[in-house]
Amino acid sequence: MSDRRPARLRVLTALLWALTSAAVLGGGFGPADVWADGPVDAFEFPSPELEARYRSLIDEFRCPKCLNTNLSGSDAPIAKDLRGTVRRLLVEEGMSDREVRDYLQARYGDFVLYDPPFKPGTWVLWLAPAAFVLIGLLVLFRMLRPRAAVSLSAADQARIRELLGNTDA
Amino acid sequence: MSRASLFVPLGLFAVILVLGYLGFRLDDPHRLPSALLNKPFPEFSATVLGSPERTVTRADLVGAPVLVNVWATWCPTCKAEHEELMRIDRESGLRIVGVNYKDDPMKAMRWLVDFGDPYEFVLEDSDGSLGVELGVYGAPESFLLDAAGTIVYKRVGEINPRIWRDEILPVVSRLELASTHE
Repeated sequence: MSDRRPARLRVLTALLWALTSAAVLGGGFGPADVWADGPVDAFEFPSPELEARYRSLIDEFRCPKCLNTNLSGSDAPIAKDLRGTVRRLLVEEGMSDREVRDYLQARYGDFVLYDPPFKPGTWVLWLAPAAFVLIGLLVLFRMLRPRAAVSLSAADQARIRELLGNTDA
Repeated sequence: MSRASLFVPLGLFAVILVLGYLGFRLDDPHRLPSALLNKPFPEFSATVLGSPERTVTRADLVGAPVLVNVWATWCPTCKAEHEELMRIDRESGLRIVGVNYKDDPMKAMRWLVDFGDPYEFVLEDSDGSLGVELGVYGAPESFLLDAAGTIVYKRVGEINPRIWRDEILPVVSRLELASTHE
């Protein structure tokens, strides 16, 4: 069907498709800052730098009781406890961000991480977007490839006319 | 284009259908897979409900299989579960240890007087810190430990007669069988 459209229109259609796919794929990676401001705990921090690390960590973890709220955005009691735990690990235990992550993951599993680790159970999750992009590029390539002109022999043309019932030509 | 390739969209649609079915099954999405399964029960130190002078550690949980049950008086499901715990304690001889999670000790002791006490002892976890060590995110939750203190089974939600018969009892029997073969 598309071969009857002019080449420029075909390019435009392909571009539109590419944009749409990009929008659909991109929709999965919503930025954390769209969450509403959650409850504020009266925690004291010895330094603004430590507080900044605390804020970015509680934005990063998912509340185990909620299905899609991070620790900073939830007022569930368990989220409050875990915010306190993150603060304690940072301030009293002096843990690095990585150690805090490992601590929570060891107890609550991959669920608390919004970025699941790459492992046998999750490779489909990680590789599917790239696979879709590849499939898209393949389709794009095929759509844009110039088509060879079809040359018909005289006998073929005669047969076409015959099939079309156009016998007087 | 070959004729077979016309069926590619149908194939894709079937794949999406299957993925959708798998992704939207009527599983409870609130149930987290336990990160602690087949791992040793964490080290801890806690006081015993009703006898604050007595401190209990991980060493008090090893030696024989034990069911560690996280409960609280504010948790209605714990009330529903309590009767079954009483029955298990009466009929099975399995050790049951309680963790009183984020609760008022007075209310907790009152509860055990009113509804019966299936626990060998109950650990006090008023601030929920032992709960965090255990990856607890609600109550009730229960852990079954083998004699070495490894978590061999975890249940989020209440233990009822069906869960006991189908999920916990088989594991307990296996543990007991393993210990007689040693």
